[in-house]
Amino acid sequence: MSVTVENLSVAYRSRRGDVTAVDSVSFSLADGEIMGLAGESGSGKSTLGNALVYLDPRMRAAGGKVCVDDRDLPIADNGAMRRRRMTEVSLVPQYAMSALTPTRKIGKIINDLLRSHRVADRAAVRLELRRRLELIGLGEDVLDKYAFELSGGMRQRVTIIMSTLLNPSLLIADEVTSALDVSTQRAVGEMLLEFRDRGYVKSVIAITHDLSILAQVADSIAIMYAGRLAERAATGPLVDSPLHPYTQALLASLPEVGVRHDQVTLTGIPGRPPSLANPPAGCRFRDRCPFAFDKCAQTPPFAEVRPGHLVACWKVSADHSVTARPVTEHRETADAVTGPVPSAEEQA
Amino acid sequence: MTTVKLDQVSKLYRAASRAGGLTPALRKVSFELPPGEVISLIGESGSGKTTIGKVLLRLTKPTSGTVTFDGTDITTYSGRGLREYYRHVQGVFQDPFSSYNPVYRADRVYDLVRESYFPKVGAREWAARVDQALDAVALNPGDVLGKYPHQLSGGQQQRLLIARALLLDVKVLVADEIISMLDASTRVDVLNLLVKLKRQGLAVLFITHDLSLGNYVSDQTILLRHGAIVEMGATEKVFGNPQHEYTKMLLSAVPELHRKWQHSPLGPVPVAAGAALPAAPDGAAAGAAAVTLTRASLLDELTHAEQVVKRDLRAVFGARRAAASGRSQVAVALEPPVLREFEPGHLVADPE
Repeated sequence: MSVTVENLSVAYRSRRGDVTAVDSVSFSLADGEIMGLAGESGSGKSTLGNALVYLDPRMRAAGGKVCVDDRDLPIADNGAMRRRRMTEVSLVPQYAMSALTPTRKIGKIINDLLRSHRVADRAAVRLELRRRLELIGLGEDVLDKYAFELSGGMRQRVTIIMSTLLNPSLLIADEVTSALDVSTQRAVGEMLLEFRDRGYVKSVIAITHDLSILAQVADSIAIMYAGRLAERAATGPLVDSPLHPYTQALLASLPEVGVRHDQVTLTGIPGRPPSLANPPAGCRFRDRCPFAFDKCAQTPPFAEVRPGHLVACWKVSADHSVTARPVTEHRETADAVTGPVPSAEEQA
Repeated sequence: MTTVKLDQVSKLYRAASRAGGLTPALRKVSFELPPGEVISLIGESGSGKTTIGKVLLRLTKPTSGTVTFDGTDITTYSGRGLREYYRHVQGVFQDPFSSYNPVYRADRVYDLVRESYFPKVGAREWAARVDQALDAVALNPGDVLGKYPHQLSGGQQQRLLIARALLLDVKVLVADEIISMLDASTRVDVLNLLVKLKRQGLAVLFITHDLSLGNYVSDQTILLRHGAIVEMGATEKVFGNPQHEYTKMLLSAVPELHRKWQHSPLGPVPVAAGAALPAAPDGAAAGAAAVTLTRASLLDELTHAEQVVKRDLRAVFGARRAAASGRSQVAVALEPPVLREFEPGHLVADPE
């Protein structure tokens, strides 16, 4: 297991008390796995991703444990995390388009980065940098340019190269394709696959609200709702036979190419996610859920209902009562089944 | 019938940068937007789709060509006439949050409409109209009125703005990327709202880079590239049987849930970068370019396209061809590829 996250909770401090944006989230990633993390705005997906790399002053780790490559990741200790960033965990921030300082050339930004991380053999890294630039079709001359001289897609690719330059074990890619045109989106998506295949990054958490992108690049997908995980499974089963009512509704609201309004009327999900300042007891999707029943007033366990397929829903676990077991008791089994996920080529 | 008609509309930006290039944002674009129809304008960044919206809303002036509304050239409007024009033609934009002044309550946008257009309408009747408009966009007045913008979700903000347009006697709505900031769950509601309004006779110009959204909502589709129309026609014809290479490329890049992209690994990086890269002189670069294309064709093609859009439009559209044809550089830069009828109601441009 290259990454394990156990019962991680992250809260935002506010004047009216803490707001728990990530609430006891547990999952693990195999080596070489790209996990998609999807959910609506405010679901806590970005908070979860950011917390694994940089806990900003508004955030507080409210419990839980993170391991990368079998070593504890001290996410609450900023000083200790400094030495782990870039080499073990790295982030491509949301709005990476504006993450590059406008006053320095790309090459200079990268030099600063290498110096501040005390990289000894900078010449070797710079050679590798040029190889990678060439690999993804950017010329060496981008190093001599300012961020504003590059197009959005080029900037996005440069930020990914920068974040992965020291071969981190875990890369958090937050909305890396959201602001891009379809063709550039594809280029960036394929770049993630390529970097994973080449071992530039060991595993990736790709955060997005766009499930169709995840269907392309992710090996497995986790769906987050109101601070908790709702469903987690390999990409195929999750997209083809989602179990959680929220996942089903989310997928039903996506138009596919070739579908027109006069043939099929898509439906959104009525209502809004609950406020996390004072979340309701029980299942948080209850108010919007067409299948809600009495039992939903209790918090459903995040249980494995099929091999490698985890769902937090009473309805689903009732339907699959024979196989449903709380995941914590069966960690070994779950690991064995989720296991290393076959790469894109093997599946194809 | 109120019809918006664009006739050979061009827009040329002169770059202020040291290169001093010419950027043809629109190249002789012509189409009609009849009532009760949704037209999708699809293209990548820099394709000119937003410029068309801006021209329609008179936020920018075309370099040449005319836009007519009900047969009247819209550049002739001024003062009262212009205000009447905006009574019928309204726009909603990508980022709803920046359409509001954060220090005022969100529904102040309605008060402003009342001040300019309906000063004689009494408070009670106005409130009834607002309720009706909110009802049309499926918002509960109690949920949204009196709130500040930050208290509303993106979907609510966006629908409030559409309701604002409905308060006016709007006949044409320019919807520029109105759903790209919204979550999937609320996105569909806004799309379905557009369909409903269309059935009531509203003409919608739906500007997007998302092909599946455009496909879902529109009757006609226009694909733009470098400011020129490359393919246009009934949506099911354009998407069902795309003819232009650019349309095909865009369609192949659309992420779909149940069909994976063909990801071909890029293979080994040939050499230590820099050392063996032949400095490509003009003309002699063909061989080197061909080698690169086989290695990472899609990525290289895209990068090339980006660079073309960003930097060298003059080289691509101007100097070389101008020299060859003996015409002025501007004339050549604004010359779009020829559109030919592929089948009835489906036009395809020549390759460029």
